[in-house]
Amino acid sequence: MAEVEETLRRIQSQKGVQGIVIVNSEGIPIKTTLDNSSTVQYAGLIHQLVMKARSTVRDIDPQNDLTFLRIRSKKNEIMIAPDKDYFLIVIQNPSD
Amino acid sequence: MPMPNNTTAASTRKQKGAGAKSTKAASRKKDEEEGVEMVDGLDEAPVKPKDQLELSEAELKEEITRILTANNPFAPQNIVRYSFKERSYKSTSVVDQMAVHFVLEGNLLHQDSDEARRLRAKEGLFEETTVVDAEAEPEEEEPETPATPVEDGGDMEETGEDDRPDSVASKTDKKEPKLTNQFNFSERASQTLNNSLRDRCCQTEPPPRVTFSDTANQWKTYDMYEMETEKQEKNKDKQNATPKKENDNSKKKMMLIETQSDTITKVLKPAKILERMCNQNICDDIAQDFKYFEDVSDEFRDQKGTLLPLWKFHYEKAKLSVTALCWNKKYQDLFAVGMGSYDFSKQGHGMLVFYSLKNSAFPEYIYPTSSGILCLDIHELHSHLVAVGFYDGCVAVYNLKEEGQEPVYKSTAKTGKHTDPVWQVQWQNDDMDNNHNFYSVSSDGRVVSWTLVKNELVFTDIIRLSLNGAVSEGPEAVHEPIVVGGTSFDFHKHIDYLFLVGTEVGQIYKCSKAYSTQFLETYEAHSMAVDAVKWNHFHPKVFISCSSDWTIKIWDHTINSPMFTFDLNSAVGDFAWSPYSSTVFAAVTTDRTVHVFDLSVNKDQALCQQTVVSKKKTKLTHIDFNPVYPIIIVGDDQSCVTSLKLSPNLRRTPKGKKRQELPKGPETEVAKMEQLLRLLREPDPTTV
Repeated sequence: MAEVEETLRRIQSQKGVQGIVIVNSEGIPIKTTLDNSSTVQYAGLIHQLVMKARSTVRDIDPQNDLTFLRIRSKKNEIMIAPDKDYFLIVIQNPSD
Repeated sequence: MPMPNNTTAASTRKQKGAGAKSTKAASRKKDEEEGVEMVDGLDEAPVKPKDQLELSEAELKEEITRILTANNPFAPQNIVRYSFKERSYKSTSVVDQMAVHFVLEGNLLHQDSDEARRLRAKEGLFEETTVVDAEAEPEEEEPETPATPVEDGGDMEETGEDDRPDSVASKTDKKEPKLTNQFNFSERASQTLNNSLRDRCCQTEPPPRVTFSDTANQWKTYDMYEMETEKQEKNKDKQNATPKKENDNSKKKMMLIETQSDTITKVLKPAKILERMCNQNICDDIAQDFKYFEDVSDEFRDQKGTLLPLWKFHYEKAKLSVTALCWNKKYQDLFAVGMGSYDFSKQGHGMLVFYSLKNSAFPEYIYPTSSGILCLDIHELHSHLVAVGFYDGCVAVYNLKEEGQEPVYKSTAKTGKHTDPVWQVQWQNDDMDNNHNFYSVSSDGRVVSWTLVKNELVFTDIIRLSLNGAVSEGPEAVHEPIVVGGTSFDFHKHIDYLFLVGTEVGQIYKCSKAYSTQFLETYEAHSMAVDAVKWNHFHPKVFISCSSDWTIKIWDHTINSPMFTFDLNSAVGDFAWSPYSSTVFAAVTTDRTVHVFDLSVNKDQALCQQTVVSKKKTKLTHIDFNPVYPIIIVGDDQSCVTSLKLSPNLRRTPKGKKRQELPKGPETEVAKMEQLLRLLREPDPTTV
């Protein structure tokens, strides 16, 4: 338990990280470092995307599974690591 | 009409005939003639009317035949009907020829019909009054009463009803069924009391409903199947291992604890992945360099090479120096760092830390230890087992798969731990009982073999190091053997029992596991302690030794003097052979320099001499090559590990004649080395 907390703290202190959101399998955010409205927005939108991505990967080969998803945009990069019941979102500004 | 005229008229009429076919004009003429004859009757010429048809005499005498038929002249002769069967109009052959002249409807009734009977009954009433029976006549005026009493005998019932004659008739004849027609009926109805209606209803609470929606995918089916097979396997295991109730209880407790902390601990794995991703983003250029950068300017550098600094691994909590480095053979991005202190006076705790190249910010595994670590080795096959040697003489084995921070095995004073710091440990092949074992060498002069038997470490002394060779009994046993501390050793890659031990005084002993008392050979190598001695990975005869007397020497173990000697102007901390070439090795010195040599290219000078650490006071302590990637890691005494990439010049593969690439393999490497040695032996037998 403490290990997870520490890992999250380390991620938060990395260069360029803007926020972390932990979302459960129903799309409800559990833990976040962003403000409420952004959190809800990120959780809802990304939840759908992750479901779609995972279903795509698994439809092609059911033995395969999604490991992580990276969305790089002009302003920042959204990284998503899904798990069976949760997924973690980190928004980072890659060092430029 | 007068009678005599009748006969003539009749004859002419006969001529005409009833329904005879003749022209109307002709018949009219005859009529006129007849009429004339009848009127006149006096032999006068007939009077012609004005519009009479004029005919010639011949025509007048013409005999015209008339046929009498029974056909109706007014009946149509050509009736056509549509026949659906033949779908066309068809003339009917038979036409009705009946001509109706006169119709009169009669009013006769059949005497047995109901109407007739009723009428007769009615008339019978009047008939009885006018009937021949004189006796009945006077009685007819009171007919009803005597008639009925004959039958009924009740006066009051009969009061001149119409029903009486009916009843008489009916009783005399039969009972007549009541005749109903549209004029003779009566409708009867009665109103009953309506029961009052009452409405009753009850409302229940609707059952709770939940909307559920899901998609049935191929992979969801696959997941369910996997879960099922897992469950079945678990059940099988449980059935097999039923007599373990204590374990079950403890397991239940564990399960409870797990479920409570389940929520956030599940995020651990994704969190780790994300940490690595963040690191990759931050150190994106380093990762790209690691993977793809090849220094092209090496072509112009005249066989010299460079080292490109990549990641720096620094664990701030440990203010120790790096005392041991080891790459993991199985997971080639993982390496172990042992931390302790070389300073005799300042001995404190130590640390065993594992880093991965994928995450340079934070170690993967951290094990704090009570005493400083001096050496470590990762098992080649079971890469989760790590053997560690401590400054206080203990050896320990850590299992990375286990959760705790404590070693799985640890040697204690009772179980034969060394009395002096353990300078090197190395894993060996499993012994005959399939137990893992490793060797350690220490300053107390013992080379000990440790075997992991179940839960214990069992030790066996292999050899005791002494100055004058072997410890021998006999008359020479007066002088006690001076125990010499061993500072490094290395086992031969192919010959299992052969190994080399370097000592504190600078000697190197070639020993065998079989002989515990004698050395096979002694080499007078250095003037100071031999810091490291290592066999060549490919060539079976060559080994290197390095020492704090600033020199590195390359030996052929059959020859007692070194083949090459390199003076590095500074105390050499450590060196390593490269895994890809038999002639390339690298060494680190205390003046923060890394030296890389390639003997096949340049026998005298290093191909690369580069300072890799910035702070002037740091000393480089250890070096190791990655088994797969062209990088080396260098540890220093500020608990920092630097990774460097070798430039192409340092990684040259031998080229055969006509500039063809020789196939990579140990044979070529051996051949390369052999070539070198031959060169050395022939022109110059020894080099100093």
